[in-house]
Amino acid sequence: MAFDYGKFVSGGVGKQLATALGLPRPTRLRRYKPGASLIPGAVLVAAHGEGAVAGRVRAIVETAGVSVATMPSTSVAAVVVDLTDIEGPADLETLRATVAPALKTMQPTGRIIVIGRPPESATTVEQAAARRAVEGIVRSIGKELRGGSTANTIHVANGAEGGLEAVLRYLLSGRSAYVDAQVFRVDVPVADIAMPEDWDKPLAGKVAVVTGAARGIGASIAEVLARDGATIIAVDIPAAGGPLAEVANRLGGTALQLDVTADDAGAKIVEHALARHGGFDIVVHNAGITRDKLLANMDAERWHSVLDVNLLSILRMNQALVPAIRDGGHIVNVASIAGIAGNRGQTNYGASKAGVIGMTSALAADASVVAKGITVNAVAPGFIETEMTAKVPFATREVGRLMNSLNQGGLPVDVAETIGFFAWDASRGVTGNTIRVCGQMMLGA
Amino acid sequence: MPPTNPRRAAILGGNRIPFARQFGAYAEASNQDMLTSALDGLVARYGLAGEQVGEVVAGAVIKHSRDFNLARETVLGSALSPTTPAYDVQQACGTGLQAAIIVSNKIKLGQIDSGIAGGVDTSSDAPITVSEKLRKKLLKVNRAKGPKNQLLALTGLRPTDFGIATPSNAEARTGLSMGEHMAQTAKRWKITREAQDELAVASHKNLAASYERGFHDDLMTSYLGLSRDANLRADSSMEKLATLKPVFGKGEGATMTAGNSTPLTDGASVVLMGSEDWAKEHGLTVQAFFVDGETAAVDFVSGDEGLLMAPAYAVPRLLARNGLSLQDFDYYEIHEAFAATVLSTLKAWEDEDFCRGRLGLDAPLGSIDRDKLNVNGSSLAAGHPFAATGGRIVAALAKMLHDKGPGSRGLISICAAGGQGVVAILEGA
Repeated sequence: MAFDYGKFVSGGVGKQLATALGLPRPTRLRRYKPGASLIPGAVLVAAHGEGAVAGRVRAIVETAGVSVATMPSTSVAAVVVDLTDIEGPADLETLRATVAPALKTMQPTGRIIVIGRPPESATTVEQAAARRAVEGIVRSIGKELRGGSTANTIHVANGAEGGLEAVLRYLLSGRSAYVDAQVFRVDVPVADIAMPEDWDKPLAGKVAVVTGAARGIGASIAEVLARDGATIIAVDIPAAGGPLAEVANRLGGTALQLDVTADDAGAKIVEHALARHGGFDIVVHNAGITRDKLLANMDAERWHSVLDVNLLSILRMNQALVPAIRDGGHIVNVASIAGIAGNRGQTNYGASKAGVIGMTSALAADASVVAKGITVNAVAPGFIETEMTAKVPFATREVGRLMNSLNQGGLPVDVAETIGFFAWDASRGVTGNTIRVCGQMMLGA
Repeated sequence: MPPTNPRRAAILGGNRIPFARQFGAYAEASNQDMLTSALDGLVARYGLAGEQVGEVVAGAVIKHSRDFNLARETVLGSALSPTTPAYDVQQACGTGLQAAIIVSNKIKLGQIDSGIAGGVDTSSDAPITVSEKLRKKLLKVNRAKGPKNQLLALTGLRPTDFGIATPSNAEARTGLSMGEHMAQTAKRWKITREAQDELAVASHKNLAASYERGFHDDLMTSYLGLSRDANLRADSSMEKLATLKPVFGKGEGATMTAGNSTPLTDGASVVLMGSEDWAKEHGLTVQAFFVDGETAAVDFVSGDEGLLMAPAYAVPRLLARNGLSLQDFDYYEIHEAFAATVLSTLKAWEDEDFCRGRLGLDAPLGSIDRDKLNVNGSSLAAGHPFAATGGRIVAALAKMLHDKGPGSRGLISICAAGGQGVVAILEGA
């Protein structure tokens, strides 16, 4: 049994020791539970000027059964600030004036959400500077927040406001527990946004393919998608057939044993999905491996196998999957913080995961994908508590766990929830995004 | 005349766990553990979690007395609906194939719409029984009323009563092991050491090649760290096999070695069958149809016939009933209990005297194209957990026939202890 720092400092001697020494004591994060309220407290909604989306935000919050506060007089669970109308850096004062007083009384596991327009579409230099400044403020707030609270930015394009509801619901809820200091880009949707009948079953009637589904994060992804209503096609290598069958049976899905690097892997997935389930709506490219070595000692086999499994196989499979996926479907790739920050001994892995990020934005814009109304996004997990990270030496593991704003590692379910959000038909305004699930890890930030 | 069936029995797929050598990876696994794993892998592959299947029919040759309801207990521990009925069958090494015949017949008759046939055996987690004398005396102690009488009964125990008996593959009526019986038959049909070793090498090479092709990816679920049959020797060669000393038979004429005989193994297999309508409703592809099956037995006790020669009698009866000749097949799956079993059977069918005298035919059945025999390896390479062999062969052959195309045909022949043989015909869909 690995030593659990978080548990140790949460009570008894550990708590006293941590308090005396000023060691961080991680808060238990608020995670999504079906049927629970979107957020356990009021949401303060403010805007600079009229605000293009403030009215919409209030309506979304109220429809979800959560009360809207307009003054930071009482303790709120979240603050949403509409900065879509800012013209220059001076207008940022609205953000300070609204958020500063609210922070002092905000409930634990709270949310700061700032909505602005994308800096790239600014019409003046002053406006671009101000819009970009928002990101700097929010990232800094993320580092100041305590008690498991997070701060994120949404850039909503002109005319894309209909896509806000999905992102807001996701960010306010426990689904975004370990997502901190990220920028979500909402564009004009690639296909008509469809709201679910039941926000606890946003994937009802969908068929989802999950690769690498036998264990760890992949098994958790399959579980979350199934919980949200999807039928699961669980894919993994034949050698993982035993645990794969367990996952598929537990979720009432089907198991498909194949090596994602095989030339016909994509065709086999399509054949299985068509024959058994009549088609598929969601693909999660999660299968991945590591073969660490310092570059000086890296042989061709290690280099090639990691790139082949983590990147080339996705490119190959997509040739078969993209034409076959139902229109309006969703492809989600699993990248990694190592693809952003790099990692010692992981040139091959870093290459593959950075490649996944590049592929994600390019494929999202590809004509074949746009024509079908498919979204393509990626998650980049930071330090996630898995069997794999449990084997990392104690000191390295604790550094990984604590080097983030939430002072703890994330759980596989945190990665899975973000993937689930990308797979909603309500999220059709979100494509080409890579979102880190890292608790605002210091690395590569 | 083959019976006219109201509907056909379709083979929809199968699953097995890799076969392990005795006291190997599955040393601690029970029959129920292994059969459950094979069944759950099948359920996952075909999306049957929570489903009520018509029947699960399975068995094991070597069973603990507590396993009297093995198939049903396995269902209860599996992902299938607990409302799925199940029962055990047992016909030595013919168990798995006989289970498939039963399920196919019930489907044809409309008694069930779907069914799973299977088998499992462990040579590692074997039941141990006490000596017959001790067992009788202990039962007497148990029957005695009151502590005094029980103590009295206990005094009847003698040191010589204590002994344990483990299951063996010796024939009850002859005392000879299966290998010794086979050695007699091999001698009678003049089967050479070289021919046996050649067959063994081919079995290993064919099985290894089938793994390389990914043939087993949708036929197998990994278990306890194994994802390939542990007995498989991809680098098997005539030179290596030639170094082995004979283990059955005596003196000059002894040809049977550990290399051309099947080792003791552990494993389990299951096959999913159903009506064509049921398959359609479940989005499942029909791989092949279970056409017909036949069982024969021979009098090996008197020495009239070899212990493992019953399939040589069952096949011509099955062929005649279905209006087919021995050459009308694309694949032959002849279970390799021993290399000599396969070779003796083939030689018998080519033999004028045997076919006329023993089978009552006008002419020999003739030879088969050896390139169509056990093309993806058989028991010599994969191993032979007795009751699991039938399921292994039916699932693999159904897949091969599906790949070959509609109307292709395959013949299965499995010999069994007690002088029995179970054979069947499958047709590709």
